[in-house]
Amino acid sequence: MVGECRQLSGKTPLCGFFAFRGCAICPYFLPIMATETNNASLKDDPTLVLEKVSKAFGPRRICSNVSLELKTGDRLAVVGPNGSGKTTFLKLLSGLLRPDGGTISYLHSGRPLDRGSWHRLVSLVAPDLALYDELTALENLRFVNKIGGWGKTGAELISLLEDVGLKGRESDLLATFSSGMKQRMKYAAALVKTPPVLLLDEPTASLDESGIVVFRQVIEKQRSRGICILATNDPQEARLADRQILMGR
Amino acid sequence: MPTGKSSWAAKVLALLVKDLRTEYRTRYAVSAIFLFALTTLAAVSFSLGAGGLPAHYLSVLFWVILFFSALSGLAQSFIKEAEAKTATTLQLAADDDVVYFGKWTFNLVLLLGLEVFVVPLFLILLGVEVSRWGLFTAAVILGSVGMVSATTLIASVIAAAGVRGALFSVLSLPVLLPLLVPLVQVTEYCFSPGVMESGITEIRLLAAYAGVATTGGWLLFPFVWRE
Repeated sequence: MVGECRQLSGKTPLCGFFAFRGCAICPYFLPIMATETNNASLKDDPTLVLEKVSKAFGPRRICSNVSLELKTGDRLAVVGPNGSGKTTFLKLLSGLLRPDGGTISYLHSGRPLDRGSWHRLVSLVAPDLALYDELTALENLRFVNKIGGWGKTGAELISLLEDVGLKGRESDLLATFSSGMKQRMKYAAALVKTPPVLLLDEPTASLDESGIVVFRQVIEKQRSRGICILATNDPQEARLADRQILMGR
Repeated sequence: MPTGKSSWAAKVLALLVKDLRTEYRTRYAVSAIFLFALTTLAAVSFSLGAGGLPAHYLSVLFWVILFFSALSGLAQSFIKEAEAKTATTLQLAADDDVVYFGKWTFNLVLLLGLEVFVVPLFLILLGVEVSRWGLFTAAVILGSVGMVSATTLIASVIAAAGVRGALFSVLSLPVLLPLLVPLVQVTEYCFSPGVMESGITEIRLLAAYAGVATTGGWLLFPFVWRE
């Protein structure tokens, strides 16, 4: 049975650890009954709320007291020179790092999500994230699809590969791909879950002109799907966003 | 909140299949485990020969070979993810418990596969007769589950560290020592035809260790994986 913990409204669950998904014995278990409900909830508007978020590595301050709110359709560019903390900021938003101060919350259907569940909302395309070289392009997407339980069919996954310009390469091992093709694969993998929140770090790294067209299409489509945040030091890419945060001031 | 359509078991199976497939194509952990086991087994059998060794020594040798073979390979599943930068992909793709039990199952399959190969070779090369196969099989299976549960969690800890090889052995030894003592004892009973001890106490200890290590690993894994 699929479900979630009722206690996870910004509180520690009763069990002290995390939601006992599938544990109907727990009094705080809230079952989600129908698959249709799950699909519908996917389309619910997520809201990202940052309140006085701060992060530092030793004496080096990455951000201090950042507060903002983003809703579906919002596009935010995180800009700044190399080493200013753009990647760190995206890692904070994806839950890969914890802020030193302040809070980051994803509100879904009005309720804040447990940090351990953010990965169901968030997709990340970044240079320090890789797919499996030993698997083919299609095997990689199948794996992401199955382990996340996103329910995409084989045809839909092949269509995703076509969308990012990798038609006809589905049976090739990723080890044989160029860096630009691997970047396109990261887009395909990120889109398997139809993410309500899409985080893009150096989104056009290694991409050729047609790859950049793919990137522009992805962020255009994301406007109707949810939130898009891109970290870049390219002014042209930054102009695609409605709002900007300047890092490293 | 978005939730997946697949069952929890299907997600664990997806990770297991992915790990088996990548392992089949790279032989990353298999070669480390099997080469270590074969080398030590060959060295022991050539130097000691078949027969004549007391059951206690045989039992110690048996678990030393399996223990160090396991140490050489069971950490690889997490280390490989960290080195290939795919750990982040996994963190953003799957629930923590799916990752823990997927890796746990893969390590168990790997260790049981090693045992299917090493146990008959050990018995043949060192001329060991097993008097109680049921007890012996139970000890090997429970020992493997305990070993895999402890090493899966430790592997996830050391995957984020710099000096991985040394750290894995240093952390594993104290955690696995309480497992090795009853394992050696109950295996000695199985290798000694005249011994009357039932071995039930040791089997209970092994089952308790396996249960505690698996549950503890499951509960602690999210903290190790996300922090």
